Amino acid sequence: MSEQRSRQDYWKANLRLMAFCLSIWFVVSYLFGIILVDQLNAISVGGYRLGFWFAQQGSIYVFVVLIFFYAYRMNKLDRQFDVHED
Amino acid sequence: MDLQTLTYIVVGATFALYIGIAFWSRASSTGEFYVAGTGVHPIANGMATAADWMSAASFISMAGLIAFLGYDASVYLMGWTGGYVLLALLLAPYLRKFGKFTVPEFIGDRFYSKGARLVAVICLIVASITYVIGQMKGVGVAFGRFLEVPFEIGVLVGMGIVFIYAVMGGMKGITYTQIAQYCVLIFAYTVPAIFIALNLTGNPIPQLGLGGSMADGVALLDKLDMVVTDLGFAAYTAQKGTTLNIFLLTLSLMIGTAGLPHVIVRFFTVPKVADARISAGWALVFIAILYTTAPAVGAMARLNLMDTIQTGEVGAADGNLIYEERPEWFKNWETTGLLAFEDKNGDGRIQYYNDKNEEFAAKAASFGWKGNEMVKVDRDIMVLANPEIAKLPNWVIALVAAGGLAAALSTAAGLLLAISSAISHDVIKGMIAPGISEKKELLASRLAMAGAIAVAGYLGMNPPGFAAQVVALAFGLAASSIFPALMMGIFNKKMNREGAIVGMLTGLSTTLIYIFWFKGWFFFPGTEMAANTPDNWFMGISPEAFGAVGALLNFIAATIVSKITAAPPEHIQHLVEDIRVPKGAAAAVDH
Repeated sequence: MSEQRSRQDYWKANLRLMAFCLSIWFVVSYLFGIILVDQLNAISVGGYRLGFWFAQQGSIYVFVVLIFFYAYRMNKLDRQFDVHED
Repeated sequence: MDLQTLTYIVVGATFALYIGIAFWSRASSTGEFYVAGTGVHPIANGMATAADWMSAASFISMAGLIAFLGYDASVYLMGWTGGYVLLALLLAPYLRKFGKFTVPEFIGDRFYSKGARLVAVICLIVASITYVIGQMKGVGVAFGRFLEVPFEIGVLVGMGIVFIYAVMGGMKGITYTQIAQYCVLIFAYTVPAIFIALNLTGNPIPQLGLGGSMADGVALLDKLDMVVTDLGFAAYTAQKGTTLNIFLLTLSLMIGTAGLPHVIVRFFTVPKVADARISAGWALVFIAILYTTAPAVGAMARLNLMDTIQTGEVGAADGNLIYEERPEWFKNWETTGLLAFEDKNGDGRIQYYNDKNEEFAAKAASFGWKGNEMVKVDRDIMVLANPEIAKLPNWVIALVAAGGLAAALSTAAGLLLAISSAISHDVIKGMIAPGISEKKELLASRLAMAGAIAVAGYLGMNPPGFAAQVVALAFGLAASSIFPALMMGIFNKKMNREGAIVGMLTGLSTTLIYIFWFKGWFFFPGTEMAANTPDNWFMGISPEAFGAVGALLNFIAATIVSKITAAPPEHIQHLVEDIRVPKGAAAAVDH
């Protein structure tokens, strides 16, 4: 029963981490790259307008970082809840 | 050495490499044939996934698409990369833990239903076949343009190469050739990009060059906006489509990417659940190298093209390039028909502008211009002509040919494997002859592969009229049926057989009907119910963007039906609990 309990907690912790990562995923692409693109384009970073940069460059970099961050945190969670492999 | 010989040598060398890998990585069991024995290192799998994913279209056409769409092409950049976040977080680790061979197999087991498995098989085959036609065409086109080989011969050679390594090695052979193909294609893509960035902005890194300034201190993107708007085109960095459509198209491409079976199955090949997560990260790193370079190539090639033609002030008598003085690459690509010029006002100079923009067309008439004289500018030219425009040596041009072929072949092989394993594992082993021995199943999978290659080659040579529409169809199917079914299978323990089947059929039928409504029933010309224009679209949603709506309808229908029908049996709920934890993945393989 306690193992059952711990697995439920593990799943909840996973869902929380997922929700956090997916909200960043949403913000950089849909919010910065699409919905707020005109407003952000008023800001220039180097030769880029910020909204355009998020849409064609920035969001992709953030996606890469997000996956590695998620993988790293999940490895820690796996060990913490003793559900890791080998 | 002339370009032709050099191209033969470079392409021949890469083909010899692929065949060598095929002999070294023969498959001896179904596990090796379907999932490379689950022994692929996560970084190696990331590289193979990148080659699997990046098709002839990504390599040859995407930069051109960006060059002409500007900001609006961001949907493809974000859509085709953001899907990997969904894959890494929502699907790959759990499907790896499930530890079977195919995507329909998961759907069949999880929803304890052969019917659900069959629906998934049909979606998979339709999506993959439509997708593979484009790759076979890409192989024929690449051969035709670079080696002056007839289109059909090009397709046949491509089929022969894929046949050797895919039939012999299955997933194992495909994986290791895809790694080699990734190296070829990424090198071929980035070298010209580095030179073009260096030429225009003095910065060798294309991603930084795109945000850099020209020699005169003006930012490259501002300059490009200026140059194109001066000629009546829409500003490069401005949004042209509606926000809702751009939003939904991006979402459809993302969930479609995450739901494409030939991509998902790559994550079945790594040893552990933790590897599946990290491997998706590596896949995106390798994809991002090309996908963040493409916007730079697109913008810079567009600027180069505009500047080549509009040499001086717009409207000045000597502001346009004299046709007889056009550069060598211009002539080369005119002979292929990708560029075409027509001297409408008979002044011997080229006027390239947007004559569909009424306000500017009136202005142009006052300059004595009588319409846009660049009657054909094929988008693909932005990548294909790049090395010549940047005056790079011949070996770089030869490399671009090998890169285009690598991109097309690697994607074709991945799709063919998805098709052949659906036939031999899901249909033959799963439905027709469950008692079949492993040896016979392996033989069946090799025969299915050979058959799939023949069908794909035939369709590549005789593409049905709808071949150009495949993107909408393949992504629409994956987004509206496969992705939601997989997600509910993992995240909703109470989702049952009835809900999943009704959901899949709802998503599938609404999306198909919406696509067919505007593009013709089964793409037969003349059978469309309404013209495919934004005014007719429901809330301005294009058929390509409808997959996300179909997915939503799938979720809603499935949830309602599952609430009013019996809950899934106890052992299925245990199965779901089990795939949610990594522990015990190695054991799950031996089923």
